[in-house]
Amino acid sequence: MSVRALPLLFLNLGGEMLYILDQRLRAQNIPGDKARRVLHDIILTMFNKSFIEELLKPQELYSKKALRTIYDRLAHASIMKLNQASMDKLYDLMTMALKYQVLLCPRPKDVLLVTFNHLDTIKGLIQDNPALLHLVDETLRQLIEVYGGLSAGEFQLIRQTLLTFFQDLHIRVSLFLKDKVQNSNGRFVLPVSGPVPWGIEVPGLIRMFDNKGEEVRRVEFPHGGNYVTAPKEGSFEVYGDRVLKLGTNMYSVNRPVETHTSGTSKNLSSQAQQSIAPNPLAKEELNFLAKLMGGMEIKKTSGPEPGFRLNLFTTDEEEEQAALTRPEELSHEVVNIQATQDQQRNQELARIMGEFEVMDQPRWSASKGDDLLAMMDEL
Amino acid sequence: MVAADSEGPSDPGVRMFRRQRSIPLRGSAAALSNNLSVLQLPVCNLTHFGVVHGPSAQLLSVAPEGVPLAQRQLHAKEGAGVSSPLITQVHWCALPFRVLLVLTSHRGIQMYESDGSVMVYWHALDSRDASPVQAMFARGIASCGHFICVGMWSGRVLVFDIPAKGPNIVLSEELAGHPTSVTDIASEPAQEQDCMADVVTADDSGLLCVWRSGPEFKLLTRIPGFGVPCTSVQLWKGIAAVGYGNGQVRLYETSTGALHVQINAHARAICALDLAPEVGKLLSAAEDTFVHIWKLSKRTESGCTEVEHCHGECVPDTQVCGARFCDPSGSSFAVTGYDLAEILTFSSE
Repeated sequence: MSVRALPLLFLNLGGEMLYILDQRLRAQNIPGDKARRVLHDIILTMFNKSFIEELLKPQELYSKKALRTIYDRLAHASIMKLNQASMDKLYDLMTMALKYQVLLCPRPKDVLLVTFNHLDTIKGLIQDNPALLHLVDETLRQLIEVYGGLSAGEFQLIRQTLLTFFQDLHIRVSLFLKDKVQNSNGRFVLPVSGPVPWGIEVPGLIRMFDNKGEEVRRVEFPHGGNYVTAPKEGSFEVYGDRVLKLGTNMYSVNRPVETHTSGTSKNLSSQAQQSIAPNPLAKEELNFLAKLMGGMEIKKTSGPEPGFRLNLFTTDEEEEQAALTRPEELSHEVVNIQATQDQQRNQELARIMGEFEVMDQPRWSASKGDDLLAMMDEL
Repeated sequence: MVAADSEGPSDPGVRMFRRQRSIPLRGSAAALSNNLSVLQLPVCNLTHFGVVHGPSAQLLSVAPEGVPLAQRQLHAKEGAGVSSPLITQVHWCALPFRVLLVLTSHRGIQMYESDGSVMVYWHALDSRDASPVQAMFARGIASCGHFICVGMWSGRVLVFDIPAKGPNIVLSEELAGHPTSVTDIASEPAQEQDCMADVVTADDSGLLCVWRSGPEFKLLTRIPGFGVPCTSVQLWKGIAAVGYGNGQVRLYETSTGALHVQINAHARAICALDLAPEVGKLLSAAEDTFVHIWKLSKRTESGCTEVEHCHGECVPDTQVCGARFCDPSGSSFAVTGYDLAEILTFSSE
């Protein structure tokens, strides 16, 4: 619906991904230099200048499959590898966290503050790297340029667009359940107390005026909530107090995070239809991925730095078990790129794939175009 | 959960609302404004409900006691574009000789016979008007006499002339009056002599335009906004009841544009307003999970408007996206919520 929703979706999901990976790297006792390497590589890829430029162009929100493909790529931008089950769990956690944040944003415009919170926290992870810090600051500046002038109505449309993306996702996250922000049926708690959003008055007052504009009567009514006025507004500058806590790192306390993928909402029929039906949008999504990933420079791993596998679960057995018991309707299918006769697209893909560092041994054959597509299929 | 009932002595009979049986939906309701349309058919004791899910909308016909009888799904007509087009609104339009169901989307405007069985008209959005920085869509539907008005992302309002029967629907006029996207349109039957206005259109900037319908619509008044989108609008006895993104409900006298009432009604954006015009009841629903019912009265001597709070209802943990009265006396209402695959109903009888 809105053509400005994609950057906010991408950057916030990316931020959540970094929070979770940071926590798991520490939980799995990955040596500090390797962990730092992984996070830096992902951040470098995510905030690549031409990638961000492409992202910020007005465009429709693409399908969940296309987004998932980008994050698969991003998570593998470094020496770290994730099995399918761990990648699925990572993506579940990312999406439910952002769904919660968007739903609970006091004002539609606060989605921007949530984004700034993610970027601020990301900057905290790369304090030792001025070049990276500069990249993130640049992105902040560009966001302010693009979103600073949007009206409340346009932000309302952005929020509705994001909520459409998250519709019908009810995966239960143990951290949310423990903190009582999510109910056991997977729905988030919407509090009816606390500060009202900035710019909104506490409900409860009726004011009546005459034809000259003079107030003739005021009456209070019981509005049912327990609200107070908002203390102050968050900052929309490059640096500043965001006030809002949504989008800050909730994993900083070292607690294991589990998702419950069974017993989710029965209303997944629309979701299931989306993943089972043959993808008629493959061409457009391919175009999108080509453009986006064309700007995504993957850093080549130099030297004998050995890779490692990160597990989002506490044991390998748990990870295997999760892979076996994942409900069909929740399988996050990655874009299945059908071989296309389009010469131009093949060339475009060839160029992109040339920039990617592939971890596995590539199968090269005479027809490079076909093989590149086949490699993408293996994602 | 009942939030609060006011002590008002005027209507003791309509104060206690009870949750009735929910009506299940095939798909959850989308996070849109005005996402519930109700067609009351007292003659056959049926109620029709219309809810937008996303790329599809669901129509339900329900017998008394909330027993669902039949359902139908309608889809946005595909056109050029990347993804499945999303529907923005579905609404029944009662005209003098027929009822049409109108569906607006990111591709255009679809009009059906009232049960959704036959599409009688399709109007595609003009891609030549497309702007690279804004999505195209139609949104805001109201009937007025034998016209149907539909709003556009550009701020224009299309006026269609509807024949008594058949598909010969004609685009009669394009109204220019709004600088930003239209959000909602309201109308009421032409009143007494002094109430000439019968259509109100609203937009994302909060601006309201008051019109008199006819072969050529006439712009009578402009009521400026205050930087907050107007999400929903109703018209009653020449009074525009307006819901805003800051949770306020305001009542304006349309002939002068004067503000008569300002209610700090909700803690989040209002998503829907509805009227039970015969009894002067107004319903407001917002993303703060609350639905409130108000009694409006117009004091003819002073020309003032008075508002009394009648009832408040909390729909726990639900971001409400649509709400409507289900009967002319305003003694029952239905609510939809984002991500909720059912229509909640409440009745005070």
